[in-house]
Amino acid sequence: MPSLEQIVRVLSLEDYNTRVVVLGVMALGAASGLVGTFLLLRKRALTADALSHATLPGIAVAFMIMVAFGYDGKSLFGLLTGAFVFGCIGVLAILGIRHTTRLKDDAAIGIVLSVLFGLGLCLLRIATELPSGSAAGLSGFIFGKASSMVASDATTMGVVAVSIALVTMVLHKEWTLLCFDEKFGSSQGWPVIWLDILLMVMVAIVTVLALQSVGLVLAVAMLIIPAASARYWTSKITPMLLAAASIGCLSGWLGAVVSALVPRMPTGPIIVLICGLWFIISFIAGPKDGLIIRQLTRLYLNRRIAKQHILRAMWEVCESNAVPEFTVDSIVYVRSWNNRTVIRLLKKVSKLNYVTQLPSGKWLLTEFGFAEAARVVRNHRLWEMYLITYADIAPTHVDRDADMIEHVLGRDLVAKLELLLDATKIPQSPHAIGVTQ
Amino acid sequence: MTWSIIDTWIVIIGGLCAAGCAIPGAILVLRKMSLMGDAISHTVLPGIAIAFLITGSRDPMAMLIGSVVVGLVTAFLVQAIQTFGKVEAGASMGIVFTVLFAFGLVLMRQAVDHVDIDPDCVLYGSIELAWFDQDPEGLGIPRGAIVNGVMLLANLLLLLLFYKEFKITSFDPALAKAQGFQPSFMHYMLMTMTAATAVAAFETVGSILVVAMFIVPPATAYLLTNRFSMMFILAIFLSVLAAIIGHISAITIPTWFGFSGTSTAGAMAVATGALFLVAWVVSPLDGMLVRMWHLFSTRLHVVREDILGVLWRLEERGQKELLLVQLSEAIGTTPFLVKISLQLLQKRNVVSKTKLFWSLTDCGRKQAAAIVRSHRLWEVYLDKHFPQDVHQLHQSAERLEHITTPEMQVKLGNAKEDPHGSQVPADE
Repeated sequence: MPSLEQIVRVLSLEDYNTRVVVLGVMALGAASGLVGTFLLLRKRALTADALSHATLPGIAVAFMIMVAFGYDGKSLFGLLTGAFVFGCIGVLAILGIRHTTRLKDDAAIGIVLSVLFGLGLCLLRIATELPSGSAAGLSGFIFGKASSMVASDATTMGVVAVSIALVTMVLHKEWTLLCFDEKFGSSQGWPVIWLDILLMVMVAIVTVLALQSVGLVLAVAMLIIPAASARYWTSKITPMLLAAASIGCLSGWLGAVVSALVPRMPTGPIIVLICGLWFIISFIAGPKDGLIIRQLTRLYLNRRIAKQHILRAMWEVCESNAVPEFTVDSIVYVRSWNNRTVIRLLKKVSKLNYVTQLPSGKWLLTEFGFAEAARVVRNHRLWEMYLITYADIAPTHVDRDADMIEHVLGRDLVAKLELLLDATKIPQSPHAIGVTQ
Repeated sequence: MTWSIIDTWIVIIGGLCAAGCAIPGAILVLRKMSLMGDAISHTVLPGIAIAFLITGSRDPMAMLIGSVVVGLVTAFLVQAIQTFGKVEAGASMGIVFTVLFAFGLVLMRQAVDHVDIDPDCVLYGSIELAWFDQDPEGLGIPRGAIVNGVMLLANLLLLLLFYKEFKITSFDPALAKAQGFQPSFMHYMLMTMTAATAVAAFETVGSILVVAMFIVPPATAYLLTNRFSMMFILAIFLSVLAAIIGHISAITIPTWFGFSGTSTAGAMAVATGALFLVAWVVSPLDGMLVRMWHLFSTRLHVVREDILGVLWRLEERGQKELLLVQLSEAIGTTPFLVKISLQLLQKRNVVSKTKLFWSLTDCGRKQAAAIVRSHRLWEVYLDKHFPQDVHQLHQSAERLEHITTPEMQVKLGNAKEDPHGSQVPADE
C-alpha cells in the first residue's frame, strides 16, 4: 500500500514525471470524450478501432524512413505522422471495401484491422534489425507507455485538446446534424462529406495521440467509453459532450494517479478499466435509460396497473350485485386472483383512500374511489366497444385487449372515443363479467 | 532459403490453425458478426490470465475453460449492453472487449512473477518455437499441431452436425425461430466455437492476429462464391494457402533486403490480406475487373448507339458521311472509344468506310432509325407527362433511348412529330 506521504505527493503533482503524465492523459481524455461523442452517435465506434490498429505499420515505416535518411528514428512527431497517414489509409480502405464489394462494414473493419496490424508486426520485427537506431521502444505504442511522456508531449496533448474543443464548439451544430440526419443535411446544402472527413481526421488525431499513453489496442476505449457513459446521463448533445469530456478527463486523472501509486499497474489499461467502471456506474445508475431508473419506471407502472385492475373488479362486482358493498370472496369469484392477492390489493388501495372496510367486514368504495373506478371501467368498455364496432372483433374476445389498453388511454383519446361511439355514460359491458361465465 | 523440418511443422501448424479458424469465421462473416470474432479473440487474454491465477499452471484444459467462459461472458455482455443499454452493436463490443482486454493486461502484469507469459506472446504467438514444444508421448508431433488439429476436427464435426441449423439461422433467423431451430442456442454455440478456436490459435498466432484468420479468408471466399457450402471449402483452402505463403514470405522476402526474416504470424495475416486483394480485383462475381468491364462495355454500347444516331440525323439533314474526329466531337467522347466502336460496327456491317469517311449501311439505317425513334418518342412522352425545359427533354431522352426495348417502344405510342418539330422515324 502506498503511504500517505506518497499519495499526497502524487495528488499534488510534485514529481515532474507524474505531473507530465497526469496532465497529458487528462487532456487526452477530454479531447477523446468530445470527439468520441460524435463518433458514437455516428455509429462508427469500431472504425476507430481499425484506425488505431492500422497505425502500427505507419510507425514502423516512419521509423525506417527516418533512419534511412539519417535522422533520429525515435522522433515522436515523425512516428506519429506515419501513424496518422496509415490510420487514414486504413479508414479509406474500409470505405473502399464497403463501396466496391458486397462485404459489410463489420468484415471491412475486421480485414483492415487485422491485416494492417499483421503488416505492422512484420515491419517492426524487421525494423529491430536495422543497423542504426534502436527500434526497441516502438512496440511501446502497442500497449502504451505513459512513463515515456515528456513535458512537450503533455503540451502537445493540451494544445490538441484545446483545438478540438474549439473545433467542436464551432462545428457543434453541423456535426450534430451529420450524426442524426445526414440526408437532411446534404439536401440542405451542407458539405456533409467534408464534415464527415473532418470528423474522421479529428478521430485520427486523437487516436494517434492516445498511442503513446494508452496504446493502439486500447485507444478506441478512450473514444467510445466516456461517450457511451455520458449517454446515460443526458440525451441532449451539449451536456453529453461536457459529460463525456469530464468522464474522459477524470478517468485519465484517476488512472494516472493509480498507476503512479500502485506498483506494476500499466497506465493505459488502468485508465481503460476506470473508464469501464464509469460505464458500469452510468449503465446502472444513469437517469436516462439506466438500469435502476428503468426498473423503477416498470415497478411504478405495474403498481398503477394492479391498482386499476382491482378498482375495476370492485366496480363491476358492485354493478352486477347492485349493492355498494362487497366481500373479498365476491371479487375472487369474478377474477382469477386468489384470496391473498385480493386482500393485499385491497389494503393497498384502502391506503390511497379508495375503499373502506365496514365493521361487518365487507368493503365499500369511497366516493373518491368510486369516481376513479368508474373512469377505469369507462376506459375499458369504451375500448371494447371500439374494437367491436370498428375492428370487428367478437364481444367475447375484446376483454383481454381492452385490459392492456385501458391503462394508457389518455383524456383526449377517451373524449374522441366517446364522440365516436356516442357514449356519454359508462356503457354496459358487452360480455358477461367474471371468469366463471 | 533454407527449409528444415521446423519450417514444415510451422506451415502445418499454421495451416491447421488457419483452417480451424476459417470455419467459425465463415459463419461470423455471413451473419455480419465478424467483429464478435475480434471481440472474443481479445478476451481470450483475460481468460488465460484468470486460468493462470487460479490454477497456477499452464494447464491447457484450464486455459481452454477459462477462455471459453470469458468468451461467452463477452458475447453475453455485448448482447446485454446492446439490448438493455440501448447502445449500438459496434460500440457495445468496443466497450466490452477493451475493458476485458485491459483487465487481462493488468492481471498479467500483476502476475508477472508467477507466470511465464509476456505481452509479446499475445501479439506474435509463438509459432516459430512450436516445434520445440513436443508432445509427451514422443511421437515427434509438436503440441501445437495436436491442439490446432483437434480444434479443426471439432469445428468440422460441429459444422457437419449442425450444417442446416447454421445455414438457416444465418440467413433467416426469424424463419429459423418459427421452425423451432432456436437461433439463440446456435448463437451461443457459435460463440463457444469461436472462443475455443481463439484459445487454440492463441499460442500459434497470438491474440490479435487470430482475427485475420477468422475474418479475412472467409471474407475472401464470400467474394468468390454464392454458395454456403462452397464458402467453407474456399475459406479453408484460402486460409491454408495463406499460411503457406505467409511462412515462405516471412523467411524469404526480408532476406532480399538484407534482413534475416520476420514474424511468421504477422506474415500469415498479411498473406490473407494479399489473397483478399487478389480476389477483390479478379473475383468473377463482382471483382473490380468484372465491374470495370461492365462499365466499359456499357459505355461502348452507348457510344455505338450514339454513332448510329448521329449518322442518321446527319442523313436527315441531307449529308451522308463524317470523319472519326467529327463523330467523336458530336458525341462528346474520346476518339479512342469511337474508333473501337466503329470497328465493331463495321464488322457487323452496320457502318461502312470510304476513304476516311464513315456512313450508314442499309442495315445500319434501320437500326439507327429505331434508336432515333425511341429518342423522339421519349421526348414526346416526357413532354406530355413531365413537362420540362426543351434542352432538358433532350438530355433525359438521350439516356432513356439506350435502355428502351422494342416492347417499351410500342407502349410509348405512335406520335408523328417530336416536341422540337422533327419527324419521328417510322417503325419498321
